[in-house]
Amino acid sequence: MVAIAAWLAVTHAPGWHSARETFFSGHSFRHDGPGIAKALLVDLEILAIAEPCILLLALIVATMRTSVGPMLAPLRIGAALYVDLFRGCPMIILLILFGVGIPSLGVHHVTNSAAVWGTTAIVLSYSAFVTEVFRAGILSVHPSQRAAARSLGLNPRQTMRLVVLPQAVRTVVPALLNDFVSLQRDVGLIFIVGGVVDAVSKATIANEETFNFTPYVIAAILFILIAVPSGRLADRYNLRAYQRQQAGGAV
Amino acid sequence: MSGPVLEVRNVHKHFGDVAVLNGVDLTVAEGQVVVLIGGSGSGKSTLLRCVNLLEVVTDGEIVLDGQEITDPRVDPDAVRRRIGVVFQAYNLFPHMTALRNVALAPRVVGGLSREVADQRARELLARVGLADKASSYPDRLSGGQQQRTAIARALANEPRLLLLDEVTSALDPELVGEVLDLIGELKASGTTILMATHEMGFARRVADQVCFLADGVVAEAGTPEQVLDAPEHPRLKQFLSRVLAH
Repeated sequence: MVAIAAWLAVTHAPGWHSARETFFSGHSFRHDGPGIAKALLVDLEILAIAEPCILLLALIVATMRTSVGPMLAPLRIGAALYVDLFRGCPMIILLILFGVGIPSLGVHHVTNSAAVWGTTAIVLSYSAFVTEVFRAGILSVHPSQRAAARSLGLNPRQTMRLVVLPQAVRTVVPALLNDFVSLQRDVGLIFIVGGVVDAVSKATIANEETFNFTPYVIAAILFILIAVPSGRLADRYNLRAYQRQQAGGAV
Repeated sequence: MSGPVLEVRNVHKHFGDVAVLNGVDLTVAEGQVVVLIGGSGSGKSTLLRCVNLLEVVTDGEIVLDGQEITDPRVDPDAVRRRIGVVFQAYNLFPHMTALRNVALAPRVVGGLSREVADQRARELLARVGLADKASSYPDRLSGGQQQRTAIARALANEPRLLLLDEVTSALDPELVGEVLDLIGELKASGTTILMATHEMGFARRVADQVCFLADGVVAEAGTPEQVLDAPEHPRLKQFLSRVLAH
């Protein structure tokens, strides 16, 4: 109902005829579509590199943040600062600082690739969020599980690796999948650093040539399409977890 | 080995201003079952946690096989390998099968190969009557089966001492028997046990010594007959009349 109303409102708006040509140009779909689709592979490549790095880094920082004992206080403080810094900073600014700023320093023996530093910015920003997801998972494991593991003679690291983390990760898989979908579209922000021709930057180039905005619509459709499988995967996982919990009875 | 397995000497444990243990003395000889009784909050669990070094004692010393384990230089992980613990709420690892639960410590702590650790775990599960449940996850086991798995897990390091903290308190009444029977079998096979329990009938049948904890000290100790049938301490009389009244 709402969708039909919105559709009618848009198509009956006074400016619809010129807007249709500006945002939904058939010529642009045919002319720019293939190039943008190909450039999307760059986004997928960044995604494929960034996601494992994010998970690994977040797991390490979350482990530091949840460490116990006065000796490890520096780890906890460092981890908390990391989260505050990279979670608080808008990702687009982080991208500019890393992807534009660091290459401009021209440091020897260090890559000046905007793609590498842009990806680094994405990893740092996202892992700050994912750290908190992992931390919530770790804290959700009941202390009695630690007590049981330590009573068997497992040291703190073995307890973390074999008893706490496996349970924590299981708990937060839905949240991780949600963040993964979010990352799928946010990798497109890397266009801001320049020099990385991903789908968004390809659309920008096309837009600057013709002043037509259809390329952005094409990129948006592509990003939505790649988000669908991950969304369904998350749904399936959540349903399975729900059914497992309901195994005892149906309410 | 000569000498007692466990000696608790004048142990104090304070949490802030609250003194939970106020000078506990206790000895557990080889092959003995020593039962701790007392009201809730009397310090039974705290004492067991101190013996397992899950709590740091405020004062006093605890000696395991002649070694003072409350010495700060002692590696607590090495001490805990020599002590098996079973908790009231089982505390099995829910993401592992019964077999993995039992085989974990022998493999990770004992350094056994997976095959040897699994073999030992199978033997232990058979010993607690759960040979056919090796590949079951804890949430598919009854409370009694979970607690018997937890006992098998606690035995996996071949501990010198087994600590049982109200291991039947969370069980349905009809499941209590299977766990108590198992503990009786462990005693028969020579396992040294220190346990907190509310099962007075069991204490009477199986205990070599019963210790009544009140106000953070062992207020009265002796054979089950002495402590349960001829109590002297007024607090013990009061406690027994409440426990045995129903």
